[in-house]
Amino acid sequence: MKPAIELRGLSFAVPPGRLLLDNISLALGEGSTTAILGRSGSGKTTLLRTVNRLVEPTSGEVLVLGERVANVSPISLRRRIGYVIQETGLFPHFNLERNVGLVLEAMGRGRSERIRRSHDLLNTVGLAAETFAQRFPHQLSGGQRQRAGLARALAANPDILLMDEPFGALDPLTRAEMQDMLKDLLGRMKKTVLLVTHDLDEALFLADRIVLLRDGKLMADLSPQEFVDSREPEIEAYIRAFHRIGAEASGASARQAEMRR
Amino acid sequence: MTSGFLTQYGGQVATLTIEHLWLTGAAMLFATLIAVPCGIGLTRRPRWAKPVIGLANVLQTIPSLAMFGFLLPLPWLGDRAARIAILALTAYALLPILRNTYAGIRAIDPTLLEVAQALGLTDGQRLLKVELPLAASFIFAGLRTATVTCIGIATIAAAVGAGGLGELIFRGVASVDNRLVLAGAIPAALLALAADTALGLLERWFMVPHARELSR
Repeated sequence: MKPAIELRGLSFAVPPGRLLLDNISLALGEGSTTAILGRSGSGKTTLLRTVNRLVEPTSGEVLVLGERVANVSPISLRRRIGYVIQETGLFPHFNLERNVGLVLEAMGRGRSERIRRSHDLLNTVGLAAETFAQRFPHQLSGGQRQRAGLARALAANPDILLMDEPFGALDPLTRAEMQDMLKDLLGRMKKTVLLVTHDLDEALFLADRIVLLRDGKLMADLSPQEFVDSREPEIEAYIRAFHRIGAEASGASARQAEMRR
Repeated sequence: MTSGFLTQYGGQVATLTIEHLWLTGAAMLFATLIAVPCGIGLTRRPRWAKPVIGLANVLQTIPSLAMFGFLLPLPWLGDRAARIAILALTAYALLPILRNTYAGIRAIDPTLLEVAQALGLTDGQRLLKVELPLAASFIFAGLRTATVTCIGIATIAAAVGAGGLGELIFRGVASVDNRLVLAGAIPAALLALAADTALGLLERWFMVPHARELSR
């Protein structure tokens, strides 16, 4: 499978010589979902942000669909890549219709096309357009806002979705709903997804590959099954930390994830 | 007697009010055209913010009578008193507009600016679609403060012969005629109130919908 995103020897240093990313190489197949795990400060978000050039690496290169991103204008690159973050970042002064259609508006698409597309997408993410199109972000619940954030990321029909802890701020039930919806959506649309998460269950449920970072270094790049079966002390420690109740829970969580699949 | 006073001075009050309005309006226009772009520029180069806002602050501290006096001997400017008045009033209006434009944009949640960038908005689109609408209430507050200040200070412009309602006040003081003082002062105060109200309405019209809803 041709990689949709390829990182080659990627490093990112901040002034006092600290490496936030340390020589990372990864190839993400088209249509795959890759979860990046790791503790806070391990470089997950920085890694994600090199893909749409919100962060410029110190050395190494990023390729998107075979093209070096350093050679693409950041504006056109970003319009081809969907971006979802935890706080959603919906614009408080725009209703959902305008929020979702904003990328198309920036691209100079006509009003009727924007409205049609944003209504379609709101329906797709489970927000009935006739009810929600005219609402403002502050009139929504956290889960609804997250759905709208996802709709906005899909507006320009990007091949790639970058998701930075998209469901991190939601209660467990809403989070599970959102995970189900995303999984269903990704089953229907062919998107390459890079998902930063703290939630091991979420990673096992959604991803077909799991990457573990520590201090900017790539510690593991495995399938979910390989990940939970791994005897690597680093990975075992991570899984144990996630499931404090009973060491056998790691197996149980993998089974759970399998069942939800 | 009051009606006699009105028939005698009514026309003059009207003319001077219009003159007053013209001085203030021209100064506000110049100040806005200078201070809003400057304020936006400072958000791009925050290191300059302190010295530039500091300079505007210094201008603000110059006593207005002294300011008019300083400008009087200057070539070209000194030829027409209205030019001096407009320049001085512009200087006084800069600070509130500049400071509020800068503060208003800086107060925007950085996440939103990052998202604007991540969505692929150009710098111009980010300014027009995100930053200015979200900072609008701050900027309008600055415009209102500047307008009210300018209308007050414009009364002093009469001291250099620039006209405006100050002329009645100065004449009233010189001839110890309180009616003349009030004939200048009351319209000036009403003008300030009216301008503030008008800008307030304009602000509501411009205001971003979520804020309008929250302030209901």
